[in-house]
Amino acid sequence: MSSVELIGMISIIMAGATVGLGAPITAIGEGWAVSRSMAALAQQPDAAPVITRAMFIGVAMIESSAIYCFVVSMILIFANPFWNHFANLAGTQ
Amino acid sequence: MDITPDSIVYWRSGLFKVNATLAFTWLVMAILVVGSWLVTRRLRTDTSLSRGQNLLEIVVEGIQGQIRDITQQDPGRYLPFIGTLFLFIAVSNVLTLVPGFRPPTGSLSTTSALALCVFVAVPIYGIAAQGVRGYLKTYIRPSVFMLPMNILGELTRTIALAIRLFGNIMSGSMIAAILLAIAPLFFPILMNALGLLIGLIQAYIFSILALVFIASATRVHEEGRQAQARNAQEEKVDE
Repeated sequence: MSSVELIGMISIIMAGATVGLGAPITAIGEGWAVSRSMAALAQQPDAAPVITRAMFIGVAMIESSAIYCFVVSMILIFANPFWNHFANLAGTQ
Repeated sequence: MDITPDSIVYWRSGLFKVNATLAFTWLVMAILVVGSWLVTRRLRTDTSLSRGQNLLEIVVEGIQGQIRDITQQDPGRYLPFIGTLFLFIAVSNVLTLVPGFRPPTGSLSTTSALALCVFVAVPIYGIAAQGVRGYLKTYIRPSVFMLPMNILGELTRTIALAIRLFGNIMSGSMIAAILLAIAPLFFPILMNALGLLIGLIQAYIFSILALVFIASATRVHEEGRQAQARNAQEEKVDE
């Protein structure tokens, strides 16, 4: 198997694995955060604005780790630097 | 399929080029400026308000309320910066619905520029609130060993701000494009509706986080003053 094929194959596998591992783990954490804040909301409905705002900020912070995984996998698929390097080499030869 | 609107170049002259990101940033700026100019041309204080004035008042009051809730300070100081960030990001995210519009926030250049603005604004507000010495002291809090961690945190949270906004908006348009290729009939509309919600939430999150960072740089000073005020109040109650 040539090195170009190897790079393409590993890139695609890793792009899937990045989101496949990063998203569920983040989702578990986010689910915990939301379930805890829902419990807090049920106990203290008066504090709804504060709890909701804190939940949104926290969830967005947690979510960013899933977004990092997504960005990495999108770069691997659509703007892969190694793949582009070999494509340029093939183009110049 | 391209990952950012940076690669679409409309006009180029030497090193200088106008790509889709720049053009749509200017478009959003023009919409904001012309819109507010049209509305604030005829401001009225009696009971019959125009629709535009009502809208702008609700927006400004809402932002002021949020700032007051979070910082527990007078919102006037933070309103121009935070309000501009929120309005720019919100308008450019909502305009994704318009066909042919590429949101400038879906490009890493725009979001890095916005995050750099926050990165610069934090020390400016901090120094304005508690002086150079007072601001620099926040870096060695709680102890001097935390200095590298504090500096690292300052840098990473700027990068995180930029990539969070970019990733969310880019993923929205990317998922819509992928779904368009797989199931073009109905699902892209659903994803667009979700993208609208995510865009507004991200605008909110970005400005709230900027506000939290700025407030944390100005807080130490204010907390002392607040504690004094609270003690004074309690003494009054005791009397």
